[in-house]
Amino acid sequence: MNKLIVSLSPHAHGNDSVERNMYGVIIALIPALLVSFWYFGLGSVVVCASSIAACVFFEWAITKYLMGKEPSITDGSAILTGLLLGFNLPSNLPVWIILIGALVAIGVGKMSFGGLGCNPFNPALVGRCFLLVSFPVQMTSWPVTGQLTKYLDAETAATPLSIMKHAIKSGDASVLDKLPDSMSLLLGNPGVNNGAGTIGEICALALLLGLAYMLWKKIITWHIPVSILATVFVFSGLLNVANPVYSNPVSVLFSGGLMLGAIFMATDYVTSPMTGKGQIIYGVSIGVLTVVIRNWGAYPEGMSFAILIMNAFTPLINTYVKPKRFGEVKKEAKK
Amino acid sequence: MKKLESTITNMVLVLVGVALITGGILAYVNHVTEGPVKAQAEKALADGIKTVMGGGELTVTKTDTVKQNINGKEVVFVLHQTEDSRHNYLGAAVESTTGGFGGDVKVLVGFNAEGAVLGYTILQHAETPGLGAKADQWFQKGGKGDIIGKNPATDNLTVSKDGGSVDAITASTITSRAFLLAINQAYNAYKNMPADADSGATKHVEK
Amino acid sequence: MNYIKILFNGIVKENPTFVLLLGMCPTLATTTSGLNGMSMGLATMFVLICSNIVISLIKSITPDKVRIPVFIVVIASFVTILQMVMQAFVPEVYATLGLFIPLIVVNCIILGRAEAFACKNGPVASLFDGVGIGLGFTLGLTLLGSVRELLGAGSLFGAVLLPETCNMLLFVLPPGAFITLGYLIAIVNKFKKA
Repeated sequence: MNKLIVSLSPHAHGNDSVERNMYGVIIALIPALLVSFWYFGLGSVVVCASSIAACVFFEWAITKYLMGKEPSITDGSAILTGLLLGFNLPSNLPVWIILIGALVAIGVGKMSFGGLGCNPFNPALVGRCFLLVSFPVQMTSWPVTGQLTKYLDAETAATPLSIMKHAIKSGDASVLDKLPDSMSLLLGNPGVNNGAGTIGEICALALLLGLAYMLWKKIITWHIPVSILATVFVFSGLLNVANPVYSNPVSVLFSGGLMLGAIFMATDYVTSPMTGKGQIIYGVSIGVLTVVIRNWGAYPEGMSFAILIMNAFTPLINTYVKPKRFGEVKKEAKK
Repeated sequence: MKKLESTITNMVLVLVGVALITGGILAYVNHVTEGPVKAQAEKALADGIKTVMGGGELTVTKTDTVKQNINGKEVVFVLHQTEDSRHNYLGAAVESTTGGFGGDVKVLVGFNAEGAVLGYTILQHAETPGLGAKADQWFQKGGKGDIIGKNPATDNLTVSKDGGSVDAITASTITSRAFLLAINQAYNAYKNMPADADSGATKHVEK
Repeated sequence: MNYIKILFNGIVKENPTFVLLLGMCPTLATTTSGLNGMSMGLATMFVLICSNIVISLIKSITPDKVRIPVFIVVIASFVTILQMVMQAFVPEVYATLGLFIPLIVVNCIILGRAEAFACKNGPVASLFDGVGIGLGFTLGLTLLGSVRELLGAGSLFGAVLLPETCNMLLFVLPPGAFITLGYLIAIVNKFKKA
């Protein structure tokens, strides 16, 4: 490999590594985690802790015993998958279902393809979608915020998204009056009507703080989150203007897993396109798919399915939107 | 044995021969199975009618078809008029189809003379196992969404989410809506039976 | 030719489900329960045995250029006979498999065995090949159906083993078929290497 050495020392090390990025994302998730403790109390602690512990354990067990490799749990990716999986679950989910979700996320979503860097789909979303399709009853009953000491017995309510869906199905725009106002969706006021949802999606502001941190630390670029959010805003705004049964675009933007998905899950390095142009194609497509599934699909939330669908298109996008090679000259200029 | 040459005569002869022989065999099998197939279909329908009309002794006196205009489309309903062994009018079993979550849901529902639901059975569906497919038990007597004995004219037979009186199947509102729509459409067809049948044929105008 | 060897060739070495990966449409679509998988496997086996015997009998009077249409007509006839008989005498099984019975005609296992085996070997060897491949297919479908039924519906051949709350619905839905098949093939490959 001597050919690769190009110049004399000293060489500056960029300090960039898998660990740095993984732990950076985890730090960015901390505001949302703290907010979830504040709103869901015990349930959030139990769900997040068991999800992280289970993901790390399965990663360790599978690498050591099934793949015969040195376990790689210190790189933080299993902790991140566990945290994101926990964020996508309702806070009253029994532990045994979380264990199945973690096994599917790590075992099926990641290790079957060869581990970190080889998985075509976001492992946390594979786990969540598996649980959503397998246990629709438990996965779609959302506890109301503010029940700090309750876990399995928490009272449940409809989420803002199911109210939006109901308005479209019944064609009655007055149903939308039950929606929380945009401010409480942004802050996630506990107890305010229908403040219910997954652990991580309850407070849009905390997630936006995480986005700001990751942009500042240059862990991610703006392309994916901005293109997703802008597309959803414009598309649902047009629908709202055309027919008032479609909710106003601000509520759409702040409700459900849209923020969580756009900021933390669509931006996963392994499963998103490499170039800025590719990332915008990817982001716009996710935005369109999300609105389509939310409004006309069978499930009220379309974010996770939209991201998984576009994960599948990522290699295709990478093939057609290639980064420019260093020193490459335009073909016309050659002649 | 030497393989037959691929000459045009040979090919035509072999193809015609094979077609004739298989055609003959198929005709024979069809002849043998035709009776049992028909008997099975009739038995399935008769059993279904008996179940939805409350399980007693009954005879089907007449089978009517009623055409209804639903959302601009003409839908045909089949009504099986029934009476008991002493020739008392029991009501009718109505076949009704609506679009569910996975495909068409075809329901056979029995009404008594007053229009109350006596029973139902699902003839055909493609709903999700474990979710929508629970509809075959959910709305029965003792089920969580019991509709037996209710009358679509007086009890609002829609899911409680839409302001009705029936609890939807957990996590399967679409199937529940489709099922209840099928029941209500069947009721409207029943009320619009041909006038010579014994019923309180109130005109029911679709909106 | 060793007939026992032909028999086991179809069950193990050239298992249509786990090794040849042939006939994936009925494999994935009908295996929502162990019983459904087994019925589909047995139905395919019946057609496969009959068509193998008949094709090996008529192979010398079939001109090469029209052999495919002749084979398809033979296979289609057996499928139609099977369909009519099932409809008449086992309507419950017919109701669940109904759509997939006519599709046996285009199952590539059957035409594949006709081309690869029956038109080169005698009727007895073809019979054993049909039984072997048919059993291998039935075994694969029954296994796949049982795993999906156990995980997705908590029962095995209709006998309830697990409470309804721990049913993983995904396994009786189409994606569950792909995931289960993938992992079963992985396990089979692991054992074959060892």
